Amino acid sequence: MKLALRDVRIAFEGRTVVALDALDLAENEIVGLVGESGSGKSITALAVMGLARSLGATVTGSIALDGRELLGLSERQLRQVRGRRVAMIFQSPVSAFNPLVRVGDLFVRTLRVHGVDSTDAGRRAEDALREVLLGPELLRRYPHQLSGGQAQRIAIALAVALRSDVLIADEPTSALDVTVQAEIIELLRMLRERERLSILFISHDLAVVAQLCDRVAVMRNGSIVESGTTAGLLRHPSHPYTRALLAAVPRLGGGRTA
Amino acid sequence: MSDALLLEVRDLVVSFDGVRAVEGVSFEIAPGPFGLGLVGESGSGKTTIARAVVRLLEADRGEIRFLGADVRRLGRAALRRYRQSVQIVFQDPDGTLDPRMRIGAALAEAVTAHRKLPRAAVNERVDRLLHEVGLEERHRRRFPHQLSGGQRQRVAIARALAVEPRLLVLDEPTSALDVTVQAKVLELIAQLRDQHALAYLLISHNLAVIEQLCEETVVLYRGRVLEVGPTEQLLNRPAHPYTQALRAAVPDLEPRVRASAAAAAALPVRHETARCPYYTRCPLAVERCRDEQPLLRDVAGRSVACHRAEDALAFAGHPLHLASGS
Repeated sequence: MKLALRDVRIAFEGRTVVALDALDLAENEIVGLVGESGSGKSITALAVMGLARSLGATVTGSIALDGRELLGLSERQLRQVRGRRVAMIFQSPVSAFNPLVRVGDLFVRTLRVHGVDSTDAGRRAEDALREVLLGPELLRRYPHQLSGGQAQRIAIALAVALRSDVLIADEPTSALDVTVQAEIIELLRMLRERERLSILFISHDLAVVAQLCDRVAVMRNGSIVESGTTAGLLRHPSHPYTRALLAAVPRLGGGRTA
Repeated sequence: MSDALLLEVRDLVVSFDGVRAVEGVSFEIAPGPFGLGLVGESGSGKTTIARAVVRLLEADRGEIRFLGADVRRLGRAALRRYRQSVQIVFQDPDGTLDPRMRIGAALAEAVTAHRKLPRAAVNERVDRLLHEVGLEERHRRRFPHQLSGGQRQRVAIARALAVEPRLLVLDEPTSALDVTVQAKVLELIAQLRDQHALAYLLISHNLAVIEQLCEETVVLYRGRVLEVGPTEQLLNRPAHPYTQALRAAVPDLEPRVRASAAAAAALPVRHETARCPYYTRCPLAVERCRDEQPLLRDVAGRSVACHRAEDALAFAGHPLHLASGS
Protein backbone atom coordinates (compact mmCIF):
# COMPACT_ATOMS: atom_id res chain seq x y z
CA MET A 1 0.00 0.00 0.00
CA LYS A 2 1.34 3.42 -0.95
CA LEU A 3 -0.42 5.23 1.84
CA ALA A 4 -2.29 3.56 4.70
CA LEU A 5 -4.19 5.31 7.48
CA ARG A 6 -5.29 3.22 10.45
CA ASP A 7 -7.30 4.31 13.50
CA VAL A 8 -6.38 7.91 12.95
CA ARG A 9 -7.74 10.25 15.63
CA ILE A 10 -7.27 13.97 15.29
CA ALA A 11 -8.22 16.18 18.20
CA PHE A 12 -8.09 19.86 19.08
CA GLU A 13 -7.89 20.60 22.81
CA GLY A 14 -9.32 17.20 23.64
CA ARG A 15 -12.17 17.47 21.16
CA THR A 16 -11.98 14.71 18.55
CA VAL A 17 -12.67 16.02 15.06
CA VAL A 18 -11.56 12.99 13.08
CA ALA A 19 -11.98 9.32 13.99
CA LEU A 20 -11.04 7.44 10.89
CA ASP A 21 -10.71 3.65 10.99
CA ALA A 22 -9.04 2.95 7.66
CA LEU A 23 -8.16 4.72 4.44
CA ASP A 24 -5.85 3.22 1.81
CA LEU A 25 -4.25 4.59 -1.31
CA ALA A 26 -2.61 2.00 -3.56
CA GLU A 27 0.22 2.79 -5.97
CA ASN A 28 -1.00 4.51 -9.11
CA GLU A 29 -4.49 4.80 -7.68
CA ILE A 30 -6.75 7.84 -7.37
CA VAL A 31 -8.92 7.85 -4.27
CA GLY A 32 -11.56 10.49 -3.66
CA LEU A 33 -12.21 11.74 -0.15
CA VAL A 34 -15.61 13.39 -0.28
CA GLY A 35 -17.42 15.44 2.30
CA GLU A 36 -18.97 18.80 3.09
CA SER A 37 -17.40 21.60 5.08
CA GLY A 38 -16.47 20.54 8.57
CA SER A 39 -16.35 16.85 7.67
CA GLY A 40 -12.65 16.64 8.55
CA LYS A 41 -11.30 15.88 5.09
CA SER A 42 -8.82 18.75 4.94
CA ILE A 43 -7.40 18.23 8.43
CA THR A 44 -6.93 14.56 7.52
CA ALA A 45 -4.91 15.63 4.49
CA LEU A 46 -2.84 17.99 6.62
CA ALA A 47 -2.20 15.17 9.09
CA VAL A 48 -0.75 13.06 6.26
CA MET A 49 1.54 15.96 5.39
CA GLY A 50 2.62 16.21 9.03
CA LEU A 51 1.14 19.70 9.19
CA ALA A 52 -1.79 19.09 11.56
CA ARG A 53 0.42 19.28 14.64
CA SER A 54 1.56 22.79 13.79
CA LEU A 55 -2.10 23.81 13.84
CA GLY A 56 -2.38 22.56 17.41
CA ALA A 57 -3.92 19.18 16.69
CA THR A 58 -2.96 15.91 18.33
CA VAL A 59 -2.79 13.03 15.91
CA THR A 60 -2.73 9.41 17.03
CA GLY A 61 -2.98 6.09 15.21
CA SER A 62 -0.94 5.20 12.17
CA ILE A 63 -0.19 6.94 8.89
CA ALA A 64 2.24 4.85 6.85
CA LEU A 65 3.89 5.67 3.53
CA ASP A 66 5.26 2.57 1.76
CA GLY A 67 5.04 0.83 5.10
CA ARG A 68 7.04 3.48 6.95
CA GLU A 69 5.30 5.17 9.86
CA LEU A 70 5.04 8.95 9.47
CA LEU A 71 3.49 9.80 12.84
CA GLY A 72 6.23 10.53 15.33
CA LEU A 73 8.81 11.60 12.75
CA SER A 74 10.81 14.69 13.64
CA GLU A 75 10.24 17.92 11.74
CA ARG A 76 13.57 17.36 9.95
CA GLN A 77 12.58 13.86 8.89
CA LEU A 78 9.17 15.11 7.79
CA ARG A 79 10.76 17.69 5.52
CA GLN A 80 12.35 14.80 3.63
CA VAL A 81 8.91 13.28 3.12
CA ARG A 82 7.05 16.47 2.34
CA GLY A 83 7.41 17.55 -1.24
CA ARG A 84 9.84 14.83 -2.10
CA ARG A 85 7.57 11.89 -1.46
CA VAL A 86 4.20 13.47 -0.79
CA ALA A 87 3.19 16.78 -2.34
CA MET A 88 0.05 18.75 -1.68
CA ILE A 89 -1.92 21.20 -3.79
CA PHE A 90 -4.65 23.52 -2.57
CA GLN A 91 -7.78 25.27 -3.75
CA SER A 92 -6.07 28.60 -4.35
CA PRO A 93 -2.45 28.05 -5.35
CA VAL A 94 -1.77 31.74 -5.97
CA SER A 95 -2.08 32.48 -2.26
CA ALA A 96 0.32 29.62 -1.48
CA PHE A 97 3.04 31.14 -3.67
CA ASN A 98 5.28 33.97 -2.50
CA PRO A 99 4.01 36.96 -4.51
CA LEU A 100 7.51 38.43 -4.86
CA VAL A 101 9.10 35.31 -6.33
CA ARG A 102 8.95 34.55 -10.02
CA VAL A 103 7.73 31.09 -10.98
CA GLY A 104 11.20 30.04 -12.19
CA ASP A 105 12.82 31.05 -8.88
CA LEU A 106 10.09 29.26 -6.99
CA PHE A 107 11.08 26.04 -8.75
CA VAL A 108 14.81 26.58 -8.22
CA ARG A 109 14.42 27.44 -4.51
CA THR A 110 12.10 24.51 -3.83
CA LEU A 111 14.27 22.04 -5.71
CA ARG A 112 17.46 23.29 -4.02
CA VAL A 113 15.93 22.78 -0.58
CA HIS A 114 15.55 19.18 -1.67
CA GLY A 115 19.16 18.91 -2.80
CA VAL A 116 18.90 19.51 -6.54
CA ASP A 117 21.63 21.83 -7.90
CA SER A 118 20.71 25.05 -9.70
CA THR A 119 21.42 24.06 -13.31
CA ASP A 120 19.64 20.80 -12.90
CA ALA A 121 16.76 22.60 -11.18
CA GLY A 122 16.23 24.94 -14.15
CA ARG A 123 16.05 22.05 -16.56
CA ARG A 124 13.73 20.09 -14.31
CA ALA A 125 11.42 23.11 -14.02
CA GLU A 126 11.12 23.40 -17.81
CA ASP A 127 10.48 19.68 -18.15
CA ALA A 128 7.84 19.80 -15.45
CA LEU A 129 6.08 22.74 -17.11
CA ARG A 130 6.03 20.87 -20.39
CA GLU A 131 4.55 17.91 -18.55
CA VAL A 132 1.62 20.06 -17.38
CA LEU A 133 1.26 21.56 -20.88
CA LEU A 134 2.60 25.03 -20.06
CA GLY A 135 5.24 26.97 -21.98
CA PRO A 136 8.65 27.87 -20.42
CA GLU A 137 7.80 31.59 -20.74
CA LEU A 138 5.68 31.21 -17.59
CA LEU A 139 8.87 30.75 -15.56
CA ARG A 140 9.43 34.51 -15.83
CA ARG A 141 6.00 35.42 -14.49
CA TYR A 142 5.05 36.48 -10.99
CA PRO A 143 2.18 34.59 -9.30
CA HIS A 144 -0.32 37.43 -9.82
CA GLN A 145 0.31 37.27 -13.56
CA LEU A 146 -1.04 33.73 -13.72
CA SER A 147 -4.61 32.66 -14.34
CA GLY A 148 -6.18 30.32 -11.77
CA GLY A 149 -5.73 27.35 -14.08
CA GLN A 150 -2.09 28.20 -14.83
CA ALA A 151 -1.32 28.59 -11.13
CA GLN A 152 -2.83 25.19 -10.35
CA ARG A 153 -0.84 23.62 -13.20
CA ILE A 154 2.32 25.15 -11.77
CA ALA A 155 1.55 23.79 -8.30
CA ILE A 156 1.16 20.37 -9.92
CA ALA A 157 4.35 20.89 -11.93
CA LEU A 158 6.24 21.50 -8.66
CA ALA A 159 5.15 18.06 -7.46
CA VAL A 160 6.27 16.59 -10.78
CA ALA A 161 9.65 18.36 -10.59
CA LEU A 162 10.20 17.03 -7.07
CA ARG A 163 9.36 13.54 -8.32
CA SER A 164 6.78 13.13 -5.59
CA ASP A 165 4.95 9.85 -5.86
CA VAL A 166 1.91 10.78 -3.81
CA LEU A 167 -0.13 13.88 -4.54
CA ILE A 168 -2.69 15.15 -2.08
CA ALA A 169 -5.07 17.47 -3.88
CA ASP A 170 -7.37 19.45 -1.58
CA GLU A 171 -10.26 20.85 -3.64
CA PRO A 172 -7.85 21.70 -6.48
CA THR A 173 -10.58 22.64 -8.94
CA SER A 174 -13.21 24.21 -6.68
CA ALA A 175 -12.16 27.78 -7.39
CA LEU A 176 -11.78 27.27 -11.12
CA ASP A 177 -14.11 27.81 -14.05
CA VAL A 178 -15.79 24.68 -15.29
CA THR A 179 -13.79 24.39 -18.54
CA VAL A 180 -10.54 24.91 -16.62
CA GLN A 181 -11.66 22.37 -14.04
CA ALA A 182 -12.12 19.84 -16.83
CA GLU A 183 -8.57 20.56 -18.03
CA ILE A 184 -7.06 20.02 -14.58
CA ILE A 185 -8.95 16.75 -14.14
CA GLU A 186 -7.66 15.60 -17.52
CA LEU A 187 -4.14 16.61 -16.49
CA LEU A 188 -4.28 14.65 -13.22
CA ARG A 189 -5.52 11.63 -15.11
CA MET A 190 -2.65 11.94 -17.57
CA LEU A 191 -0.03 12.32 -14.82
CA ARG A 192 -1.31 9.21 -13.10
CA GLU A 193 -0.57 7.33 -16.33
CA ARG A 194 2.76 8.92 -17.14
CA GLU A 195 4.27 9.51 -13.71
CA ARG A 196 2.52 6.63 -11.97
CA LEU A 197 1.30 9.12 -9.36
CA SER A 198 -0.97 8.04 -6.53
CA ILE A 199 -3.50 10.75 -5.81
CA LEU A 200 -5.68 11.43 -2.79
CA PHE A 201 -8.31 13.75 -4.24
CA ILE A 202 -10.28 15.73 -1.68
CA SER A 203 -13.51 17.29 -2.87
CA HIS A 204 -17.02 18.28 -1.93
CA ASP A 205 -18.11 17.57 -5.50
CA LEU A 206 -19.18 13.99 -6.22
CA ALA A 207 -19.53 14.72 -9.92
CA VAL A 208 -15.87 15.72 -10.18
CA VAL A 209 -14.87 12.67 -8.15
CA ALA A 210 -16.91 10.48 -10.51
CA GLN A 211 -14.82 11.72 -13.43
CA LEU A 212 -11.47 10.99 -11.88
CA CYS A 213 -11.34 8.55 -8.98
CA ASP A 214 -11.02 4.77 -8.85
CA ARG A 215 -12.37 4.57 -5.34
CA VAL A 216 -14.30 6.96 -3.10
CA ALA A 217 -14.56 7.39 0.66
CA VAL A 218 -17.41 9.54 1.95
CA MET A 219 -16.61 11.45 5.11
CA ARG A 220 -19.01 13.00 7.57
CA ASN A 221 -18.40 14.45 11.03
CA GLY A 222 -14.86 13.09 11.04
CA SER A 223 -15.63 9.51 10.07
CA ILE A 224 -15.84 7.60 6.84
CA VAL A 225 -19.46 6.55 6.48
CA GLU A 226 -19.05 4.61 3.26
CA SER A 227 -16.33 3.68 0.81
CA GLY A 228 -16.00 1.60 -2.32
CA THR A 229 -15.24 1.68 -6.01
CA THR A 230 -16.51 4.84 -7.66
CA ALA A 231 -18.87 3.00 -9.99
CA GLY A 232 -20.22 0.79 -7.20
CA LEU A 233 -20.72 3.62 -4.74
CA LEU A 234 -22.46 5.85 -7.27
CA ARG A 235 -24.70 3.07 -8.50
CA HIS A 236 -25.53 1.49 -5.15
CA PRO A 237 -24.99 3.99 -2.36
CA SER A 238 -25.85 2.24 0.89
CA HIS A 239 -25.43 4.97 3.50
CA PRO A 240 -28.27 7.52 3.71
CA TYR A 241 -25.76 10.37 3.75
CA THR A 242 -24.15 9.18 0.52
CA ARG A 243 -27.61 9.02 -0.99
CA ALA A 244 -28.40 12.54 0.20
CA LEU A 245 -25.11 13.82 -1.26
CA LEU A 246 -25.83 12.15 -4.59
CA ALA A 247 -29.36 13.48 -4.71
CA ALA A 248 -28.13 17.01 -4.03
CA VAL A 249 -25.74 17.21 -6.99
CA PRO A 250 -27.32 19.54 -9.54
CA ARG A 251 -27.43 17.56 -12.75
CA LEU A 252 -27.91 18.55 -16.33
CA GLY A 253 -30.88 16.99 -18.05
CA GLY A 254 -32.91 17.03 -14.85
CA GLY A 255 -35.26 19.64 -16.21
CA ARG A 256 -36.71 22.63 -14.44
CA THR A 257 -38.04 22.47 -10.92
CA ALA A 258 -39.38 25.99 -11.04
CA MET B 1 -44.57 44.26 -26.99
CA SER B 2 -41.79 45.90 -25.05
CA ASP B 3 -44.25 47.50 -22.60
CA ALA B 4 -45.06 44.00 -21.30
CA LEU B 5 -41.45 43.56 -20.16
CA LEU B 6 -40.26 43.87 -16.59
CA LEU B 7 -36.65 44.61 -17.42
CA GLU B 8 -35.14 45.45 -20.75
CA VAL B 9 -31.39 45.84 -21.23
CA ARG B 10 -30.17 47.18 -24.58
CA ASP B 11 -26.60 47.46 -25.86
CA LEU B 12 -25.16 47.80 -22.38
CA VAL B 13 -21.52 48.86 -22.25
CA VAL B 14 -19.54 49.04 -19.01
CA SER B 15 -15.83 49.68 -18.71
CA PHE B 16 -13.31 49.94 -15.91
CA ASP B 17 -10.33 52.25 -16.47
CA GLY B 18 -10.96 52.17 -20.20
CA VAL B 19 -11.15 48.37 -20.33
CA ARG B 20 -14.48 47.08 -21.60
CA ALA B 21 -16.00 44.59 -19.17
CA VAL B 22 -19.38 44.49 -20.87
CA GLU B 23 -19.61 45.08 -24.59
CA GLY B 24 -23.08 45.68 -26.00
CA VAL B 25 -25.18 43.22 -24.03
CA SER B 26 -28.96 42.99 -24.50
CA PHE B 27 -31.58 40.84 -22.81
CA GLU B 28 -35.14 40.95 -21.53
CA ILE B 29 -36.93 39.71 -18.45
CA ALA B 30 -40.67 39.04 -18.57
CA PRO B 31 -42.85 39.63 -15.50
CA GLY B 32 -42.71 36.73 -13.03
CA PRO B 33 -42.82 33.89 -12.59
CA PHE B 34 -39.81 34.01 -14.87
CA GLY B 35 -36.12 33.16 -14.54
CA LEU B 36 -33.33 34.41 -16.79
CA GLY B 37 -29.96 32.72 -16.38
CA LEU B 38 -26.71 34.56 -16.98
CA VAL B 39 -23.94 32.04 -17.44
CA GLY B 40 -20.27 32.50 -18.13
CA GLU B 41 -16.83 31.99 -16.66
CA SER B 42 -14.85 34.45 -14.58
CA GLY B 43 -14.23 37.63 -16.52
CA SER B 44 -17.33 37.15 -18.66
CA GLY B 45 -18.95 40.27 -17.19
CA LYS B 46 -21.90 38.61 -15.49
CA THR B 47 -21.44 40.23 -12.08
CA THR B 48 -20.75 43.60 -13.72
CA ILE B 49 -24.07 43.34 -15.56
CA ALA B 50 -25.88 42.53 -12.31
CA ARG B 51 -24.34 45.54 -10.59
CA ALA B 52 -25.17 47.83 -13.50
CA VAL B 53 -28.80 46.63 -13.41
CA VAL B 54 -29.20 47.58 -9.74
CA ARG B 55 -27.06 50.70 -10.30
CA LEU B 56 -24.32 49.73 -7.91
CA LEU B 57 -22.15 50.91 -10.77
CA GLU B 58 -22.84 53.19 -13.71
CA ALA B 59 -22.89 51.94 -17.29
CA ASP B 60 -21.03 53.86 -20.00
CA ARG B 61 -23.70 53.37 -22.59
CA GLY B 62 -26.89 51.50 -23.32
CA GLU B 63 -30.37 51.33 -21.95
CA ILE B 64 -31.77 49.69 -18.83
CA ARG B 65 -35.55 49.94 -18.66
CA PHE B 66 -37.61 48.75 -15.74
CA LEU B 67 -41.33 48.69 -16.54
CA GLY B 68 -40.50 51.14 -19.28
CA ALA B 69 -38.68 53.65 -17.04
CA ASP B 70 -35.11 54.59 -17.90
CA VAL B 71 -33.15 53.25 -14.90
CA ARG B 72 -29.95 55.09 -15.80
CA ARG B 73 -31.71 58.45 -15.51
CA LEU B 74 -33.66 57.93 -12.30
CA GLY B 75 -33.49 60.75 -9.75
CA ARG B 76 -32.77 60.08 -6.09
CA ALA B 77 -36.33 59.39 -4.98
CA ALA B 78 -37.12 57.28 -8.02
CA LEU B 79 -33.86 55.36 -7.62
CA ARG B 80 -34.80 54.60 -4.02
CA ARG B 81 -38.11 53.17 -5.15
CA TYR B 82 -36.38 51.25 -7.93
CA ARG B 83 -34.01 49.67 -5.44
CA GLN B 84 -36.97 48.38 -3.49
CA SER B 85 -38.47 46.85 -6.60
CA VAL B 86 -35.20 45.22 -7.56
CA GLN B 87 -33.31 43.36 -4.83
CA ILE B 88 -29.91 41.74 -5.10
CA VAL B 89 -28.68 38.63 -3.26
CA PHE B 90 -24.95 37.99 -3.29
CA GLN B 91 -22.86 34.84 -3.14
CA ASP B 92 -21.61 35.74 0.31
CA PRO B 93 -24.46 36.93 2.55
CA ASP B 94 -22.00 38.03 5.24
CA GLY B 95 -21.21 41.17 3.31
CA THR B 96 -24.81 42.35 3.55
CA LEU B 97 -25.81 41.28 7.06
CA ASP B 98 -24.82 43.53 9.94
CA PRO B 99 -22.91 41.25 12.34
CA ARG B 100 -24.17 43.19 15.38
CA MET B 101 -27.81 43.06 14.43
CA ARG B 102 -30.09 40.18 15.40
CA ILE B 103 -31.87 38.49 12.50
CA GLY B 104 -35.28 39.68 13.70
CA ALA B 105 -34.12 43.30 13.85
CA ALA B 106 -32.51 43.10 10.41
CA LEU B 107 -35.70 41.78 8.89
CA ALA B 108 -37.89 44.29 10.75
CA GLU B 109 -35.70 47.07 9.40
CA ALA B 110 -36.22 45.81 5.85
CA VAL B 111 -39.97 45.42 6.37
CA THR B 112 -40.33 49.03 7.56
CA ALA B 113 -37.89 50.46 5.05
CA HIS B 114 -40.56 51.65 2.65
CA ARG B 115 -43.67 51.88 4.79
CA LYS B 116 -44.78 52.50 8.34
CA LEU B 117 -46.44 49.56 10.03
CA PRO B 118 -47.69 49.00 13.58
CA ARG B 119 -45.32 46.92 15.68
CA ALA B 120 -47.58 43.89 15.74
CA ALA B 121 -47.85 43.89 11.96
CA VAL B 122 -44.07 44.12 11.63
CA ASN B 123 -43.64 41.17 13.97
CA GLU B 124 -46.15 39.15 12.07
CA ARG B 125 -44.48 39.97 8.76
CA VAL B 126 -41.03 39.00 10.10
CA ASP B 127 -42.40 35.69 11.29
CA ARG B 128 -43.98 35.03 7.94
CA LEU B 129 -40.75 35.86 6.11
CA LEU B 130 -38.76 33.52 8.35
CA HIS B 131 -41.29 30.82 7.75
CA GLU B 132 -41.23 31.36 3.99
CA VAL B 133 -37.48 30.84 3.78
CA GLY B 134 -37.62 27.77 5.99
CA LEU B 135 -36.38 29.35 9.23
CA GLU B 136 -38.12 29.43 12.58
CA GLU B 137 -39.23 31.96 15.13
CA ARG B 138 -36.28 31.10 17.36
CA HIS B 139 -33.89 32.36 14.65
CA ARG B 140 -35.12 35.93 15.27
CA ARG B 141 -32.92 36.33 18.30
CA ARG B 142 -29.78 34.96 16.67
CA PHE B 143 -26.89 36.99 15.37
CA PRO B 144 -25.60 36.20 11.85
CA HIS B 145 -22.51 34.38 13.17
CA GLN B 146 -24.76 31.98 15.10
CA LEU B 147 -26.26 30.72 11.86
CA SER B 148 -24.83 28.34 9.26
CA GLY B 149 -23.93 29.58 5.76
CA GLY B 150 -27.13 28.17 4.33
CA GLN B 151 -29.23 29.81 7.04
CA ARG B 152 -27.51 33.16 6.47
CA GLN B 153 -28.28 32.92 2.77
CA ARG B 154 -31.92 32.22 3.69
CA VAL B 155 -31.93 35.36 5.83
CA ALA B 156 -30.48 37.35 2.92
CA ILE B 157 -33.28 36.05 0.70
CA ALA B 158 -35.91 36.84 3.36
CA ARG B 159 -34.57 40.37 3.63
CA ALA B 160 -34.73 40.80 -0.13
CA LEU B 161 -38.34 39.56 -0.10
CA ALA B 162 -39.26 41.86 2.81
CA VAL B 163 -39.70 44.83 0.50
CA GLU B 164 -41.88 42.83 -1.92
CA PRO B 165 -39.64 43.23 -4.93
CA ARG B 166 -40.71 42.67 -8.53
CA LEU B 167 -37.30 41.41 -9.56
CA LEU B 168 -34.52 39.57 -7.74
CA VAL B 169 -30.95 39.63 -8.92
CA LEU B 170 -29.30 36.48 -7.60
CA ASP B 171 -25.53 36.58 -8.00
CA GLU B 172 -24.18 33.04 -7.52
CA PRO B 173 -26.49 32.59 -4.51
CA THR B 174 -25.46 29.00 -3.79
CA SER B 175 -21.84 28.85 -4.96
CA ALA B 176 -20.40 29.19 -1.46
CA LEU B 177 -22.70 26.58 0.05
CA ASP B 178 -22.26 22.86 0.64
CA VAL B 179 -23.95 20.74 -1.97
CA THR B 180 -26.78 19.46 0.24
CA VAL B 181 -27.43 23.01 1.45
CA GLN B 182 -27.27 24.31 -2.10
CA ALA B 183 -29.98 21.86 -3.16
CA LYS B 184 -32.28 23.15 -0.43
CA VAL B 185 -31.69 26.82 -1.26
CA LEU B 186 -32.36 26.12 -4.96
CA GLU B 187 -35.58 24.41 -3.97
CA LEU B 188 -36.48 27.44 -1.87
CA ILE B 189 -35.92 29.81 -4.80
CA ALA B 190 -38.15 27.66 -7.02
CA GLN B 191 -40.84 27.62 -4.35
CA LEU B 192 -40.73 31.39 -3.74
CA ARG B 193 -40.88 32.03 -7.44
CA ASP B 194 -44.18 30.22 -7.71
CA GLN B 195 -45.64 31.68 -4.50
CA HIS B 196 -44.75 35.29 -5.30
CA ALA B 197 -44.75 35.16 -9.10
CA LEU B 198 -41.14 36.33 -8.81
CA ALA B 199 -38.95 37.24 -11.71
CA TYR B 200 -35.21 36.87 -11.30
CA LEU B 201 -31.91 37.28 -13.00
CA LEU B 202 -29.85 34.31 -11.85
CA ILE B 203 -26.11 34.45 -12.26
CA SER B 204 -24.29 31.16 -12.10
CA HIS B 205 -21.33 29.35 -13.53
CA ASN B 206 -23.22 26.10 -13.00
CA LEU B 207 -25.30 25.08 -16.01
CA ALA B 208 -27.23 22.52 -14.00
CA VAL B 209 -28.36 25.23 -11.56
CA ILE B 210 -29.44 27.43 -14.47
CA GLU B 211 -31.31 24.54 -16.03
CA GLN B 212 -33.27 23.96 -12.84
CA LEU B 213 -34.40 27.55 -12.37
CA CYS B 214 -34.43 29.47 -15.66
CA GLU B 215 -36.65 29.48 -18.73
CA GLU B 216 -34.16 31.50 -20.72
CA THR B 217 -30.39 31.65 -20.68
CA VAL B 218 -27.79 34.14 -21.83
CA VAL B 219 -24.28 32.80 -22.44
CA LEU B 220 -21.59 35.42 -21.92
CA TYR B 221 -17.95 35.39 -22.90
CA ARG B 222 -15.58 38.31 -22.38
CA GLY B 223 -18.44 40.74 -21.99
CA ARG B 224 -20.39 39.68 -25.04
CA VAL B 225 -23.48 37.57 -25.55
CA LEU B 226 -22.57 34.50 -27.58
CA GLU B 227 -25.87 32.69 -27.37
CA VAL B 228 -29.30 33.43 -25.94
CA GLY B 229 -32.55 31.51 -26.00
CA PRO B 230 -34.75 28.98 -24.25
CA THR B 231 -32.66 27.12 -21.65
CA GLU B 232 -33.75 23.74 -22.86
CA GLN B 233 -32.64 24.49 -26.44
CA LEU B 234 -29.33 25.92 -25.33
CA LEU B 235 -28.38 23.07 -23.06
CA ASN B 236 -29.70 20.16 -25.09
CA ARG B 237 -28.47 21.42 -28.44
CA PRO B 238 -26.00 24.24 -27.90
CA ALA B 239 -25.24 26.03 -31.15
CA HIS B 240 -22.24 28.14 -30.17
CA PRO B 241 -18.92 26.27 -29.92
CA TYR B 242 -18.35 27.96 -26.54
CA THR B 243 -21.72 26.85 -25.15
CA GLN B 244 -20.84 23.39 -26.42
CA ALA B 245 -17.52 23.50 -24.58
CA LEU B 246 -19.21 24.70 -21.39
CA ARG B 247 -21.80 21.97 -21.70
CA ALA B 248 -19.13 19.31 -22.29
CA ALA B 249 -17.08 20.46 -19.30
CA VAL B 250 -19.86 19.94 -16.75
CA PRO B 251 -18.86 16.90 -14.72
CA ASP B 252 -21.61 14.35 -14.54
CA LEU B 253 -22.10 11.56 -12.04
CA GLU B 254 -21.80 9.11 -14.94
CA PRO B 255 -18.16 8.91 -15.93
CA ARG B 256 -18.04 9.67 -19.64
CA VAL B 257 -15.70 8.54 -22.35
CA ARG B 258 -13.56 11.53 -23.16
CA ALA B 259 -11.48 12.30 -26.17
CA SER B 260 -7.82 12.10 -25.29
CA ALA B 261 -5.98 15.20 -24.17
CA ALA B 262 -3.58 14.63 -27.02
CA ALA B 263 -6.39 15.06 -29.52
CA ALA B 264 -7.45 18.29 -27.85
CA ALA B 265 -3.87 19.54 -27.67
CA ALA B 266 -3.50 18.90 -31.41
CA LEU B 267 -5.97 21.69 -32.12
CA PRO B 268 -4.34 24.87 -33.33
CA VAL B 269 -3.77 27.55 -30.68
CA ARG B 270 -4.24 31.06 -31.99
CA HIS B 271 -2.85 34.14 -30.35
CA GLU B 272 -3.94 36.81 -32.82
CA THR B 273 -6.59 39.32 -31.93
CA ALA B 274 -9.80 38.64 -33.77
CA ARG B 275 -13.27 40.07 -34.14
CA CYS B 276 -14.86 36.99 -32.57
CA PRO B 277 -14.04 36.92 -28.83
CA TYR B 278 -13.96 33.11 -28.82
CA TYR B 279 -11.59 32.89 -31.81
CA THR B 280 -8.48 31.86 -29.87
CA ARG B 281 -10.14 28.83 -28.31
CA CYS B 282 -12.60 27.85 -31.01
CA PRO B 283 -12.13 24.53 -32.81
CA LEU B 284 -14.25 25.72 -35.72
CA ALA B 285 -12.69 29.15 -36.28
CA VAL B 286 -11.97 30.20 -39.83
CA GLU B 287 -10.54 33.39 -41.38
CA ARG B 288 -13.91 35.06 -41.42
CA CYS B 289 -14.12 34.77 -37.60
CA ARG B 290 -10.90 36.76 -37.35
CA ASP B 291 -11.93 39.48 -39.78
CA GLU B 292 -15.63 39.94 -39.19
CA GLN B 293 -17.41 40.19 -35.85
CA PRO B 294 -20.20 37.62 -35.63
CA LEU B 295 -23.48 39.31 -34.68
CA LEU B 296 -26.38 37.62 -32.95
CA ARG B 297 -28.63 35.95 -35.47
CA ASP B 298 -31.50 33.48 -35.20
CA VAL B 299 -30.51 29.85 -35.61
CA ALA B 300 -32.57 26.83 -34.57
CA GLY B 301 -34.83 28.62 -32.11
CA ARG B 302 -32.26 30.82 -30.36
CA SER B 303 -29.86 33.66 -31.15
CA VAL B 304 -26.19 32.88 -31.73
CA ALA B 305 -23.19 35.10 -32.40
CA CYS B 306 -21.24 32.65 -34.53
CA HIS B 307 -20.53 32.50 -38.25
CA ARG B 308 -20.39 28.74 -38.03
CA ALA B 309 -23.39 28.00 -35.81
CA GLU B 310 -24.97 25.66 -38.37
CA ASP B 311 -21.74 23.67 -38.62
CA ALA B 312 -21.39 23.68 -34.84
CA LEU B 313 -24.87 22.21 -34.50
CA ALA B 314 -24.03 19.57 -37.10
CA PHE B 315 -20.73 18.68 -35.40
CA ALA B 316 -22.17 18.62 -31.88
CA GLY B 317 -21.33 15.37 -30.20
CA HIS B 318 -18.21 14.75 -32.26
CA PRO B 319 -15.63 13.78 -29.61
CA LEU B 320 -12.70 15.81 -30.90
CA HIS B 321 -14.90 18.83 -31.17
CA LEU B 322 -16.21 18.52 -27.61
CA ALA B 323 -12.75 17.90 -26.23
CA SER B 324 -11.59 21.31 -27.35
CA GLY B 325 -13.19 23.02 -24.40
CA SER B 326 -11.90 20.57 -21.84
